[in-house]
Amino acid sequence: MKQLNYIVGRLLQIIPVLFFVTVLIFMMIHLIPGDPAETILGDKATVEQLTILRHQMGLDRPLVEQYLLFLKNLGTLNLGDSFIYHVPVTDLLANRVPVTIALTIMSTIFGALIAFPMGYFAAFNKDRAFDQGVRVWTLIALTMPGFWIALLLMLLFGLKLHWFPVGGLGEGLFGKFYSLILPAFTQALGLSALWTRNLRNNVVDVLRMDYVDFAKSKGLRDRVVIVRHVLRNALISTVTLMAMSFTRMLGGSVITETVFALPGVGKLMVDSIFARDYGIIQAITFIFALLVMVMNLATDISYSFLDPRVKLE
Amino acid sequence: MPLEVVKSGQNLLEVEDLKTYFFMKDATVKAVDGVSFSLAAGETFGLVGESGSGKSQTLRSILRLIAPPGRIISGSVRYKGQDLLKVPLGEMRKYRGSEIGMIFQEPMTALNPVIRIREQIFESLENKGLTTDQKNARAVELLRLVGVPSPERRIEEYAHQFSGGMRQRAMIAITLAAEPKILLADEPTTALDVTIQDQILKLIVSLKERLGMSVIMVTHDLGIVAQMCDRVAVMYAGRIVEITDTLTLFGAPRHPYTLGLMGSLPHGARGSRLQPITGQPPNLANLPPGCPFAPRCRFAESICTETYPEMVQVGPGHFSRCHFIAKLDGQSGIIDLGNVAEGRR
Repeated sequence: MKQLNYIVGRLLQIIPVLFFVTVLIFMMIHLIPGDPAETILGDKATVEQLTILRHQMGLDRPLVEQYLLFLKNLGTLNLGDSFIYHVPVTDLLANRVPVTIALTIMSTIFGALIAFPMGYFAAFNKDRAFDQGVRVWTLIALTMPGFWIALLLMLLFGLKLHWFPVGGLGEGLFGKFYSLILPAFTQALGLSALWTRNLRNNVVDVLRMDYVDFAKSKGLRDRVVIVRHVLRNALISTVTLMAMSFTRMLGGSVITETVFALPGVGKLMVDSIFARDYGIIQAITFIFALLVMVMNLATDISYSFLDPRVKLE
Repeated sequence: MPLEVVKSGQNLLEVEDLKTYFFMKDATVKAVDGVSFSLAAGETFGLVGESGSGKSQTLRSILRLIAPPGRIISGSVRYKGQDLLKVPLGEMRKYRGSEIGMIFQEPMTALNPVIRIREQIFESLENKGLTTDQKNARAVELLRLVGVPSPERRIEEYAHQFSGGMRQRAMIAITLAAEPKILLADEPTTALDVTIQDQILKLIVSLKERLGMSVIMVTHDLGIVAQMCDRVAVMYAGRIVEITDTLTLFGAPRHPYTLGLMGSLPHGARGSRLQPITGQPPNLANLPPGCPFAPRCRFAESICTETYPEMVQVGPGHFSRCHFIAKLDGQSGIIDLGNVAEGRR
């Protein structure tokens, strides 16, 4: 019951934050130098054309009215047409969002596949060669910028070995999956380094705990001691860290999708910014803000399920 | 065989010349350095000493719960004739829990914080061929046995929802669930206040009698030794310095350190002052060649700083590591053995 209260409370808290976000997004149009209509129509536009467009965009109305209209459009998911693609923004997003979500999920899975065994074995071989190797590796992976990793991977696996496509999204379900492997791997490397170090340190800490020895003193199988007592405790903060990494991945998708020419939200964002395609920028900013808030809430809630000591109040 | 190991057919456990060292970067800490003792069936044996004298590591070594940088260097731990130190580590679990169970010092850290008390008791009930319902009933029964109120409800809770005393009880319930033949109790009441302490000790005594366990009680509290133990070994700097039955220890101690411990207990007439042992316990990483207690000992002579004293017999089943046992003859402890003998008659 307390948990439900907490969740409802936190959801209610999202509302004022979202309100603030909508104000910011709305103001973008007016804060960026230059008139949107001029930007869209270019240098050769006549005054009449500009006036018509301004009227179409509602730019000639009072600010408050414009804002309310913006809110109404946002609420009804009627975000207008994209200036550059000439299709409704919602349709565009419906095509692009799944790519980014797929990329994020694959990155998380790859990251976990790299981080879990590495962190686990590094902890069990603390201060030995494997642990030192992992330490060096995580340092390298953490400090290499994503776009640089992307280029290296493209060179090796795309151009030299021809194992994976260099860029673009493939055809069909398998083709799409296949073309997402390198980008996901790029995103996974940096994150997995973070997760590896976190898990390694957690396991090292937990192994020192009395309850692990107490569990052993009961005569439990090693496997049970490790899964139920060591990993169960060590993974709590790692899983939380992974959930928090989601936000980082959204930011990372902007770079990764651009480098690999993937038609995801991140790439769309970059293209729209260069083209001053306000409707799309506003929509994506809003979606990103919403996702970050929802993920933060989900992280807090998951934490309380993983660790009974954490009370949601 | 070392003198301290009583030769009898009754021994359930014989620890002989046990050495557990911790290999730190710049030093080797000899936490347990040649400890020998025996435990008879049904006996309660006390291990007394200051913090860092190697009591807990002795217990952990018996179950081979020593993690790097610690290592058991040598010795033997014979349980029912089988040397546990020679058993492959993977097979140690046969002896842990159901044969030899252990109560840890800090219930807060020894209970898993994210697993319900029920699961933790269930773990001790594995391999007993019980159904889940039977396990549940048994777990509730055990919690009730150790005095946890409304066990049906509390069994669903986590360790952090228990108070210190209740946590200790829960841990005892978990250890006892496996019905061990030997209970290793590592300062089971140190973390508790005195009234709870008394309840827990009485609980251990009654359970011991009901289940027919043998107990090794590690403590730094001589009061607990007097209350609980049949025989007792005093540890100092990783070694046993005196071993005898409890009555003799309090009546006629034959080691200066034991004598010092007695002197630091409040006893006797009103107004008698406590006489604490002066100085500090030695650094186990850098022990002097002679007797480690020599710098704090009022009987010490030059030989004490040169030669480590061997264990010598001072009476039946009474052994002491001191060059000058003769000097201690006539020193009495805090109880008058004559009176006790009178009282017994």
